Amino acid sequence: MAELTYREAVAAGIAQEMARDDRVVLLGEDVGGSGGVFKATVGLLDRFGPKRVRDTPISEQAIVGAAMGAAMTGLRPIAELMFSDFFGVCWDMIANEIAKARYMSAGQMALPLVIRTANGSGARFGAQHSQSVENWAMAVPGLKVVAPSTPADVKGLLAAAVRDPDPVIFFEHKGLYATKGEVPDGELVDRLGTARVLRQGTDVTLVALAAMVPRALRAAERLASEDGISATVVDLRSLVPLDVKTLLAETARTGRLYTVEENPRLCGWGAEIASIVAEEAFYDLDGPIVRITTPHVPLPAADALEDATVPSVERIVETVRRPAG
Amino acid sequence: MTRKERTPRGAGEGGSDIPREVRLALFRSLLELRLLEKRAYDLFLQNLVKGTSHLSLGQEAVAAGFAQAMRPDDYTFCTYRGHAHTLARGASMAGVLGELLGRSCGLMGGKGGSMHLTSVAHGAMGSYAIVGAHLPIAAGAAWSAVHRGTDQVSVCFFGDGATNIGAFHEALNLAVVWKLPVVFVCENNLYMEYTPIRSVTAVEHPAADRASAYGLPPVILDGNDVDAVFRLAREVIARARGGGGPSLVEAKTYRHGGHSRADPATYRPAGELEEWLERDPVTTYRQRLAGLGFAEAALRELEASVQRAVDEATETAKASPPSPAAVVERDVWADGGSSWRS
Repeated sequence: MAELTYREAVAAGIAQEMARDDRVVLLGEDVGGSGGVFKATVGLLDRFGPKRVRDTPISEQAIVGAAMGAAMTGLRPIAELMFSDFFGVCWDMIANEIAKARYMSAGQMALPLVIRTANGSGARFGAQHSQSVENWAMAVPGLKVVAPSTPADVKGLLAAAVRDPDPVIFFEHKGLYATKGEVPDGELVDRLGTARVLRQGTDVTLVALAAMVPRALRAAERLASEDGISATVVDLRSLVPLDVKTLLAETARTGRLYTVEENPRLCGWGAEIASIVAEEAFYDLDGPIVRITTPHVPLPAADALEDATVPSVERIVETVRRPAG
Repeated sequence: MTRKERTPRGAGEGGSDIPREVRLALFRSLLELRLLEKRAYDLFLQNLVKGTSHLSLGQEAVAAGFAQAMRPDDYTFCTYRGHAHTLARGASMAGVLGELLGRSCGLMGGKGGSMHLTSVAHGAMGSYAIVGAHLPIAAGAAWSAVHRGTDQVSVCFFGDGATNIGAFHEALNLAVVWKLPVVFVCENNLYMEYTPIRSVTAVEHPAADRASAYGLPPVILDGNDVDAVFRLAREVIARARGGGGPSLVEAKTYRHGGHSRADPATYRPAGELEEWLERDPVTTYRQRLAGLGFAEAALRELEASVQRAVDEATETAKASPPSPAAVVERDVWADGGSSWRS
């Protein structure tokens, strides 16, 4: 076991896959010489050389498009989009081209590629550099969507994403890059579509993703010590494929489901979770499903405003503490 | 290099640089594209083809000339006006017609349709219906060829309208900076959908006048002369394969019909179509071949044999059953299915 930061785990996961498979290449803005603006690709250029680690111009359509062309002709590219907000300038490539090529060609095209991107709040960058857009990707058929919360999950799920035969959008949370965690030594390959139960409780189930996972865990501890409420915490880890089995089982165990989402309110991923549970496990519920989300606003920049916007430990605790509706 | 329409080395109408069997192959290809698309048009009129479609009638020489100069493992990327390019790479006529008709025998079993013809086995790496999207993708395929050391070349066809979209510029810049083996071919048919391209573009030659911005020479080509297309294609593909980097070619051509089946093209000035019909790539090439001593009987036999092939493909496509609903939930993922649950 070694202790790595979340950002070091990104580089470790990429390095593990590049060392294993010559077809794996990395491209993006500042990923080479400068090791990425979040320092998540440090050391890769030195180790694998400029043929496999390529700095690009600020051309998101070209970055993602080139990754697509490379993937359909035999490479396994990892494209970095510096901020997930930049999906806005290359969404055609992602939603219209990459997501649909296999389907429209009736399986002739294979697109084994990963688009990594820094998502979410915490850096106080405001509405165009700190939003959470994993729900955008979840809404498009043909994309797998992964969002890890720990360094070990980063490395293992990134390896799984690179080895996956389908396009994977890999959301790294910029608020977690500096966090540390134990990462097993040696080759680490996880499985997409597996949620993890981080804490087993008896009263309520909190389902969270990425930076909301540590907040849900802290909230669960406070609920236990201050209110005697025993909470299960489930880290979804991937939205597509979605581990519905674990979701339903952990909801049934407590009868109360809370989603903790960084997405703005409307059509955040929790809405889909709530819909699935309402349809498939209605009689396991002892009360309404409650979504704890960012309000339906663009994300403000000031630290106090950002903190007031994104679900906090305090807000989770207070919401769960409220009498059932 | 001048901006005038250029005549590559060894040219001249009867230039002996093009072997006779290649000329016959070019003529056969022109006939295949022409007769198949005429048949496709007939099928629209019979309401057997639903949705939209965009014909290349009048523009066939670009597809035929380039395809003839490509290696079987080279890549073609084209637009929603992609029937000709897909056929020119060797995709089956029945597969193309079947796709237009939504039949099981279609290249993609009806899931792509007219605008997305794809035949990976023939290097036809897709027809892209979002203008400009495929230029970066073609660059990526070229990057992959370099990385894999295969010396394959990627050829990317697009319309004049695509030169005003961002992806054009992003792709050109990246391809030059990375010195990729990709040939960008602008088919300038004078109209961006329903609008004259000159009325919405800052320069006279929408592709060639932008070339210098990327350090490339401006190249303008008579896109209705299949020999000229073939000669230039041979040159720029060899340059790309030899490590000389990308090229940007502007082929002047003209579509005989409207933008799509919905467009009667009434915006064209009187006499323009007639002028271009005089330069029709198929009839003018036939005349050239006759002048070069190809026997009339042989040309007629070729025409008849292509017509028979089109007729047979039509029958095959019409006899093929409609694609079954079961395919709807197939092929989202590599496992063949569409489940979003693990």
